[in-house]
Amino acid sequence: MDDLRDKYIQAIADASDEDAIEALRVQAVGKKGEISLKMRELGKMTPEERQVVGPALNALKDEINSALAAKKVALADAALEERLRTEWLDVTLPGRSRREGSIHPVSQVWEECTAIFADMGFAVAEGPQVETDWYNFDALNIPGHHPARAEMDTFYMARAEGDNRPPHVLRTHTSPVQIRSMEMAGAPLRIICPGRVYRADYDQTHTPMFHQVEGLAIDKDISMANLKWVLEEFFSAYFGTEVKTRFRASHFPFTEPSAEVDIQCSFEGGTVKVGEGDDWLEVLGSGMVHPKVLAAGNIDPAAWQGFAFGMGIDRIAMLKYGIPDLRPFFDSDLRWLRHYGFASLDVPTIRGGLSR
Amino acid sequence: MKFTLSWLKDHLDTTATVDEITEALTDLGLEVEGVEDPASRLAAFTLAKVKSAEQHPDADRLRVCMVDTDEGEKQIVCGAPNARAGITVVLAKPGDYVPGIDVTLSIGKIRGVESHGMMASERELELSDEHDGIIELPSGAVGERFVDWLAANDPDKVDPVIEIAITPNRPDALGVRGIARDLAARGLGTLKPTETVTVPGQFDSPIDITIEEDTRDGCHVFAGRLIRGVKNGPSPEWLQKRLRAIGLRPISALVDVTNFFTFDRNRPLHVFDADKVKGNLRVHRAKGGETLIGLDEKEYAFSAGQVVISDDEGIESIAGIMGGLATGCTEETTNVFLEAAVWDHIQIAQTGRALKINSDARYRNERGIDPGFNMKAVELATQMILDLCGGEPSNVVVAGEVPDVSRAYRLDPARVQSLVGMDIPEDAQRETLTALGFTLDGDMARVPSWRPDVTGEADLVEEVARVASLTKLQGRPMPRASVGVPAPVLSPMQKREQIARRTVAALGYNECVTYSFIDQAAAQLFDGGTDATRLENPISSEMSHMRPDLLPGLLQAAARNQARGLGDLALFEVGPAFHGGEPEEQHLQVAGLLVGRTGPKDVHGASRSVDVFDAKADAEAVLGAMGAPAKVQILRGAEGWWHPGRHGKICLGPKKVLGVFGELHPKVLRALDVKGPAVAFSLWPAEIPLPRKSGATRPALTIHDLQAVERDFAFVVDADVAALDLVNAAAGADKALIEDVRVFDEFIGGSLGEGRKSLAITVRLQPTETTLKDADIEAVSARIIEKVQKATGAELRG
Repeated sequence: MDDLRDKYIQAIADASDEDAIEALRVQAVGKKGEISLKMRELGKMTPEERQVVGPALNALKDEINSALAAKKVALADAALEERLRTEWLDVTLPGRSRREGSIHPVSQVWEECTAIFADMGFAVAEGPQVETDWYNFDALNIPGHHPARAEMDTFYMARAEGDNRPPHVLRTHTSPVQIRSMEMAGAPLRIICPGRVYRADYDQTHTPMFHQVEGLAIDKDISMANLKWVLEEFFSAYFGTEVKTRFRASHFPFTEPSAEVDIQCSFEGGTVKVGEGDDWLEVLGSGMVHPKVLAAGNIDPAAWQGFAFGMGIDRIAMLKYGIPDLRPFFDSDLRWLRHYGFASLDVPTIRGGLSR
Repeated sequence: MKFTLSWLKDHLDTTATVDEITEALTDLGLEVEGVEDPASRLAAFTLAKVKSAEQHPDADRLRVCMVDTDEGEKQIVCGAPNARAGITVVLAKPGDYVPGIDVTLSIGKIRGVESHGMMASERELELSDEHDGIIELPSGAVGERFVDWLAANDPDKVDPVIEIAITPNRPDALGVRGIARDLAARGLGTLKPTETVTVPGQFDSPIDITIEEDTRDGCHVFAGRLIRGVKNGPSPEWLQKRLRAIGLRPISALVDVTNFFTFDRNRPLHVFDADKVKGNLRVHRAKGGETLIGLDEKEYAFSAGQVVISDDEGIESIAGIMGGLATGCTEETTNVFLEAAVWDHIQIAQTGRALKINSDARYRNERGIDPGFNMKAVELATQMILDLCGGEPSNVVVAGEVPDVSRAYRLDPARVQSLVGMDIPEDAQRETLTALGFTLDGDMARVPSWRPDVTGEADLVEEVARVASLTKLQGRPMPRASVGVPAPVLSPMQKREQIARRTVAALGYNECVTYSFIDQAAAQLFDGGTDATRLENPISSEMSHMRPDLLPGLLQAAARNQARGLGDLALFEVGPAFHGGEPEEQHLQVAGLLVGRTGPKDVHGASRSVDVFDAKADAEAVLGAMGAPAKVQILRGAEGWWHPGRHGKICLGPKKVLGVFGELHPKVLRALDVKGPAVAFSLWPAEIPLPRKSGATRPALTIHDLQAVERDFAFVVDADVAALDLVNAAAGADKALIEDVRVFDEFIGGSLGEGRKSLAITVRLQPTETTLKDADIEAVSARIIEKVQKATGAELRG
């Protein structure tokens, strides 16, 4: 029986393919195989003989079966190895190209502002960009003869023959939204009003269209000191570092007192770094809402008071992201859009940070 | 507004430095725009004395000088002809920057002789053009700073010029005295008292003045007098220097006097050459069509109603804005008529704007001068003319009346503190107002006549706050409007806009922000460019009309990029479009544009030209993200800028258009210079109905355990049959059982013949109660075929 075993184990080990394995299986343990035949002979044996030979044959059969199975796996593995050896790709080739979109800095910064001010309880109000003379000027305490009108480089809409209303304007600031919001929602009120504004000015640092965000808070006891705190909170959150502000007296027809606001910065090495150094950079105009403006918005100036401020979205985008020029903002040069744009999933949040 | 420090000191007794003054001005709201301080350029230079001057051994024109300096005796080589022993000179040492030659000195060797600095000429120090020799000072000690010497002996040379921006509410600060008053209120010195003079008239003015009845609201008061026998000529050096320092050209004594008052006291005046005035002066409104050559030698034509001054022969002056050339004063003027008037500031602004004249007089008269000073100004100016030019004054003639601008407002110290949020004691508030010229009577503050801007209590607050210094303001936390987690603030439309923007970007488009105005031709291609959306004063013809649609702007952006060699583009914009010129005629649009290929050519062969179905897929994805229903109609017949056969309107019913996708019309591409292919989509977020339900709950999920079955069908139909109609017909065969119908193949023409196509669909059947048997499947298949045939005239393809 040992001879038999040795013969088959050797043969299995020598088998070179699946066919040879199958032939050996038939020859050894198939129905008419050598071992099967031997098993048939068990019936002719004495019970004593059978007790010895039977288990031995069964063990032999098991051993040969496992050897066959093992060899089969080994051969399959070898065949796979061989196939994989031929399956080689130059994986340094580029992947399938996929377009990558981007969000414009103006939109991104708009959302950053919204996220910060929403946390302080400011809602977002919007208004029309073609405005009536009244909302853009008169309601904001800028009567027809006011020199501020001439200084604003206003765009006027053409008037139809026979239309004797004052010509509509392209809003020169987002401030008309203050009036519309006051009329609609009354006091108390906390809003920011972001959007496009227009001035007839075009040079190195001016474009005839740009973006502003206006803020307005009206309540019983809001003061200019609150305004300073809100702005410092805003700038610190926006620039991601503590930013001090400096208020300077100024004049806007729609606020009284009025202040220009500078933020702390350094100009060292030719670049502006906000929140460092001893220099100041003017970034916005602000003040306590003029009683006439409150009245224009149907809010009783004897009972309510509040602050308003306005700043350029494009400008604070330039400051934060180091964008040197304003004009390319509106030029849609793909190289610029890709370089200064933001990923679609880069949504600014307070919890995750406003920027990466 | 420019002024010099010495001019300021005419009105302000102060020891403050230039830095202190400029800092205070900016903080007070008189923002300093620039300071030109000659002393800063000259700070390094000191006085020295030449002990000896010997001929240079190797150069005829050079001398080797031994110079006594604050650092001992130095050897200096000098080429100036006046370099000689005994003179006091201005020394620049090695390391000093010499502005006139733009050089920082170092120890040099000149023709072999070491030189330790230089002795400067006036030109080298930018003090004058004098360069014939080095500066020789008549006094001064070795080591003394040159700026100190100048300050003591020739102060004009180091007089700093300060330029400030004046906000429109502060006409009083358009005169040096107003600026001085602000600084005094801040505590930077004391305001000097002004002199008042009365110059008695010696005869009656031969020129009389009248104001027409209909012009009384345009001219409140007009005062004047004749001064005869004056001798005009250049004004004295001190006055010329002053005017020059602030950028004005001295003209003649008479004219310079008027300019002096303009800048010193914000008091524009005018002088007529009385011999050129025919008859009397009359203030009236123009009839329209008259013309006048102004002092600037330009001709101005008047419109009816503009206020002017005429003599018997016609208009001689644009009242309060500019005098006429014909009656202007010249060197030969011997009889002068001086005018001081108070004009209605609105009328001045309107006329000035209409005639496009920007004169110092208009600038001041339209902002508001001090009416209380009018008659005093006549006297002071007369005195100055007499001082400079001699002559004999007439009695003063006056028409109209000095307007009464007196008014008072209540000062509420508590309100000041509540608005500003600063502790400013009541005493300090009252002191500030008093220093600014207000008169306090109890709690009522009477406004000085030079402050037309103060028209209410709020203005008092502003005055107190700015003098107290807003720089000192400390932030104070503003409590949240409500406690706890802040509520969301965005409206559904704002959220929709944001989601649309980020979805389009996620689909690989680059966001653009293009101008809201475009050129008329481009606007017309998109059904705009009418007068309703036209700008009256566009900045250029490229920006003349409000955009009717975002696509022209994107197409122009694409053309610009193509010109730069960037041909494959995916651009989008989210923003307003304008369907009219009224405020409410603005709507939000989301527009995406694909141009060229899907990507650069690549090793996988994946790059191909963009087509309508790219635009469609993206449009559907964005609509879906914005919450549009999945079931929509695709209709044809959108506007003319789309390819007539290759576009679709995405609709909920024929009138509710959510968006359009398609190829752009080749004519539009040609007109805007875009090389195709170009496909696009336009979506209108506001058209998507808001969801009816509120709350976040989703319907329960139903999953069927039974095996779904898919069956394919191929139909032959006429080529113009819409696939969607076929799909809808198939889906309608058994709404409960059919879960989904998809088109998976389209084949046009070939063996099918002209005008025919084959559409192949997969129908997915999802049983819910029992497993499908062959007979069930056969039955539903038959119904599908029947429905499709009925709806589209299709034949089942064999």
